[in-house]
Amino acid sequence: MKKTITLAHGSGGKLAHKLIHDVFMNYFENDILLKQTDSAILPGIEGMQLAMTTDAYVVQPIFFPGGDIGKLAVCGTINDLAVAGAEPLYLTASFVLEEGLHIEDLIRVVQSMSAEAHKAGVKIVAGDTKVVNHGQCDKLYITTTGLGTLKPEFAPISTGDEIKSGDAILINGPVANHGMAIVSSREGLTVNGSIQSDCASLNDFIQSILEAGIHVKFMRDATRGGLATILAETAQATGLGIEINEDHIPITEPTLGLCELLGFDPLYVANEGKIIMIVPEAEKEKALLLMQNHPDGSQASIIGEITTDHPGAVVLNTAIGGQTVLGMLSGEQLPRIC
Amino acid sequence: MDIYTPFQIKQLTQQTVDKIHALSAKPITLMEVCGGHTMAIQKAGIPSLLPPHIKLISGPGCPVCVTDLEYIDRAITYARLPHIIIATFGDLMRVPGSNETLYDVKAEGADIRVVYSALEALRLARDYPLKKVIFLAIGFETTAPGTAVAIREAQLMNMDNLMVLSAHKLMPPAMEAILQEGIPIHGYLAPGHVCTITGADIFQFIPQQYHLPVVVSGFESLDILQSILLLVYQIEKGQSRLEIQYKRVVSDAGNKKAQGILNDVFEPQACWWRGLGILPKSGLKIKHAYKSFDARERLPMEIPPTQENEACICGEILKGLKTPPDCPLYKTICHPDHPIGACMVSSEGACQAHYRYNQSSCNHESQT
Amino acid sequence: MCLSVPAKVISISGLHAKVSVRGTLIEISLQLLDDIQPGDYVLVHAGFALEKIAPERAAETLKLIDDMEAQD
Repeated sequence: MKKTITLAHGSGGKLAHKLIHDVFMNYFENDILLKQTDSAILPGIEGMQLAMTTDAYVVQPIFFPGGDIGKLAVCGTINDLAVAGAEPLYLTASFVLEEGLHIEDLIRVVQSMSAEAHKAGVKIVAGDTKVVNHGQCDKLYITTTGLGTLKPEFAPISTGDEIKSGDAILINGPVANHGMAIVSSREGLTVNGSIQSDCASLNDFIQSILEAGIHVKFMRDATRGGLATILAETAQATGLGIEINEDHIPITEPTLGLCELLGFDPLYVANEGKIIMIVPEAEKEKALLLMQNHPDGSQASIIGEITTDHPGAVVLNTAIGGQTVLGMLSGEQLPRIC
Repeated sequence: MDIYTPFQIKQLTQQTVDKIHALSAKPITLMEVCGGHTMAIQKAGIPSLLPPHIKLISGPGCPVCVTDLEYIDRAITYARLPHIIIATFGDLMRVPGSNETLYDVKAEGADIRVVYSALEALRLARDYPLKKVIFLAIGFETTAPGTAVAIREAQLMNMDNLMVLSAHKLMPPAMEAILQEGIPIHGYLAPGHVCTITGADIFQFIPQQYHLPVVVSGFESLDILQSILLLVYQIEKGQSRLEIQYKRVVSDAGNKKAQGILNDVFEPQACWWRGLGILPKSGLKIKHAYKSFDARERLPMEIPPTQENEACICGEILKGLKTPPDCPLYKTICHPDHPIGACMVSSEGACQAHYRYNQSSCNHESQT
Repeated sequence: MCLSVPAKVISISGLHAKVSVRGTLIEISLQLLDDIQPGDYVLVHAGFALEKIAPERAAETLKLIDDMEAQD
């Protein structure tokens, strides 16, 4: 096989077929994909609703501490379905490849996707490949679609219609690791790998909470914009108030250190393996215990609650006992000296 | 490093807040002149802990906020020249010039790189010998020595492709300008990191000539609260002294080595402060011996006259005369996604800090 | 402005040092200081160490406050 991607790999001819066969079919191997039909034909499931999502992944660098663009694509898509209470089953993956991309790097990304999909119990059943001229994309971009099934009783989870005052807000672990892992590898600033992306598929974690009978009212993954942004969005959407305790928001020391150095607010930094879960007050301790007993929630914490005070706004009780309001992030955070 | 355990911090913080409440009787206004203080105060929710008769206002201590339009317009003009790399601190990317920002120009394809240190600009110049690297040097006395180091290194290495566009400024002239405005301020929290370099004595003129107390403050919540307590004490007793709260890094005379390096490369000159106008000996210009690194010398381009939005009252906000809600543009057309004036651009500008953290004892209005 | 953080000096190589900010290691310049040793704490701003931190001096601040109260 050639060492780098060329325009010929995208042209549909022999080279393209070889790439599809040797890389994508080889690593994404499953019964549906191997049929190589133009559309994947999927078994129907009675009594279930369908949940569907789509995403594009353009992260730079494509390999970062704790993950890569492929793992991110699989986890991100799975999590979008899982936080709606759905069980992710199938993914599609389309690739836009830059002419000159090392095929070795592509294989590494595809292997990573395969491993993650396998671990999460989902199948990658359809895909596409295009090649663009050198300089027209940054190494590779991945677009995904995810499909899952949703038990009708979990339908309210995605809208949060049942959220009410007194409900508790939990998070499954420390914030800001993903965003700061990317920043640290981009800037070339840090010289140790002390900050790793938290990129992870949380479907198993979420299912375990749902199956234990916790009446989950709402979930969101705290990706771009960070924890504070999704809380602000939730407060706005529900018209209720949110109160959060700074002391209870988990963060690891090295991540906090880098945030302080560059002037980033960790509450606004992206995560890729963190969700907020809103549950009835009476169930919060049980939910916390269940989370902490799962590998993806060992540092889970109850961070706050829904309130009728300050409708539509998120208030943070600061570590020193003061209060401040958290708005949404506008624009990306950049390293600053001031 | 943690000087205190989290428990000790909580205890000391509570004690300090209690002491402020016990001691403070007179309604007073305290000014902090450092964007870092503005941010720290808002983030920690300090106004919500103080008695309501203590008012905290922000002065012109955000170097981004006081950078004039001409500087941004010039940087943008340079960015559009061929074979140029602009190296800038992230703070400057979204500052509006007359028409656009560096962010906008980057989107057009200009080579603009966010750096964390002047030494990174030096590295870029070394790595791209066929390009000219222009470093946008903003910041006060804290940051200027670093720029000076980079320039001296470049000279040692005989580099001819690094240029610096200096917007470095000095704090005392700005403080003097505020004092001369006669705004009713009862005490100052002085910038702790500027004083780390310069020494606290640069602010001795304030108690001596203006009979107002000054406390050089650190940036942790406890530091700021201790500084407020020390100011309240002086004010209640009718005293006016210069005190250092931030003793663990600030001395009377400062870092002499850093001062020496700064003075080797830079000399004070008059410069334009957004909101304050021209202040004598308030900016740092690159000295003649290093003029080959001065972007203004190497690229003496005419920049079209600048245009400020007439309704923008950033100047009065920077002087502490008005607060963000007083501005007709605040939250109407001026907000963090679309800043008109510099006070909204910088995350530590008074307007953005107010918008994000909602200053007035957390009145819980809905964020839109 | 002047966003600066404390960091612990881990190792020194000529005019540069590797320092730890809560466990994240970065490289900075020591060109603004003299006599820095591994184990020292320094204040870091924009890639430079600005000053050595004397943590014991924090106690002086507490004393300042105690003295202030004693005068009453």
